[in-house]
Amino acid sequence: MGEEVKLALKVDDKDNVATVFANDVTDGTEVEIRDKRGQMTPIRVIGDVPYGHKIAVCPIKKGDVITKYGEEIGQAMADIQKGEYVHVHNLAALRGRGDLEGGKQ
Amino acid sequence: MDTFMGYVRPDGTVGSRNYVAVIPSVICATDVAQAIVNAVKGTVGFFHHQGCCQLPSDLKRVTDTLISLGCSPNVGAALIVSLGCEGTDTERLVKEVAATGKPVEVIHIQELGGMSRAIQAGTDLAQKLAIEISGMQRQPVEISRAIMSIKCGGSDATSGMASNCVIGYVADKLVDLGATVIFGETTEFIGGEHILARRAVGGEKGPVGCRIYEIVNNMENRAKAIGEDMRGGQPTPGNIAGGLSSIEEKSLGAIVKSGHRPIQGVLEYPQRITTEKGLWIKDTPGREPEILTGMAATGAQFMLFSTGRGAPQGFASMPVVKICGNPNTYERMSHDMDLNAGVIIQGKKSIDEVGEEAYKLVLEVLSGRMTKNESIHYTSTMDIYCLGPVI
Repeated sequence: MGEEVKLALKVDDKDNVATVFANDVTDGTEVEIRDKRGQMTPIRVIGDVPYGHKIAVCPIKKGDVITKYGEEIGQAMADIQKGEYVHVHNLAALRGRGDLEGGKQ
Repeated sequence: MDTFMGYVRPDGTVGSRNYVAVIPSVICATDVAQAIVNAVKGTVGFFHHQGCCQLPSDLKRVTDTLISLGCSPNVGAALIVSLGCEGTDTERLVKEVAATGKPVEVIHIQELGGMSRAIQAGTDLAQKLAIEISGMQRQPVEISRAIMSIKCGGSDATSGMASNCVIGYVADKLVDLGATVIFGETTEFIGGEHILARRAVGGEKGPVGCRIYEIVNNMENRAKAIGEDMRGGQPTPGNIAGGLSSIEEKSLGAIVKSGHRPIQGVLEYPQRITTEKGLWIKDTPGREPEILTGMAATGAQFMLFSTGRGAPQGFASMPVVKICGNPNTYERMSHDMDLNAGVIIQGKKSIDEVGEEAYKLVLEVLSGRMTKNESIHYTSTMDIYCLGPVI
């Protein structure tokens, strides 16, 4: 038996992240990005990514909007490489931020 | 254009079912209504717990919601069961449901001399109504006449990535075909309300956009009034461990089931739709009995319901199609789940492919195919969402 394909789902064409639906995805693992039409694109993962967590499907610059479901889910706090793990360490929410909303900017 | 086989009502609305609705006008009439429903084939009951000792605004809300349920297109005839001293306006309830042209009867428990006599009289009337509408024939109608409601419940990590995306696909397709789609669960908008408001007709600053912000604030303020903060600590540590990075991402996982089309307006809880088209919001909580009741009252002919952990319930008069995003849950609960969207997570089918399957199932359900919960009578729980205290 060949190895099972490790899957990451990209649910909207505008998204720059995909969600990993596979176990044992570690630094260097190859996963298949599958879009809503079922098109597959291989990508090499940077970092250890748990089941249900996200990776970048293209390079994202610091300050760029991170998009999932075709809508913004936050902003990149650092430059993010293609395939890199995306979570609270490099994604900042834009809402529910009393530190920003209460301040001048 | 695709068509389905529906019941065309005297007021021009189209039903996917043809029931005699037995409607208690107050909680105290519910036992009598239940006995009548048990006795007569072709009936459904709306067994709510409201209608007395409530603030006037809530009593009006209960009356208005019962009227909308009676007027809903899946109801072919109605029997109103009144106690005689309720706080709801039974007279207006009877009058407004009858104004649709459907046959309507009413019984008053106190006037008839108590429960046993009321059950006797109500059973005879319900039998008459059931036979009267039983010969009605379905007719082909265009899919643009469809009114779909949507909801997710018993969610898990698969809901936002599989089953909700499937519902979003069907929502966009139906709106593009000229049909009507309604979504609710105002509590789930928190954190994503700015994204919804931008989708409003007239933009974020227009009346619809402003109303979206308003209903979310009102929902939050009701929680704050009893000392709770619904927004605090979101996403939860459990959400973060599960991979959700921001409150926007969490909210969008639920909002994605509404698709991507512009939002035409916000409906109040008891309000019903007849000819309005496109995507609408109804201001509802997320809990099932209240939102299912609110959506049936809107006039929705059916609901697409997304679940991951396996929420199985349906509704008396409105078929509820369960779309399961978790392949393991689907396997375990296949007698309660209608469609397996878990194949998306497994990489066996795409969102668009399962979306098409769901759309085909919608045409069948609209035309009379039973949902799993309908076929096993898992449909009786309901209630009316009220805002004030019981007094």
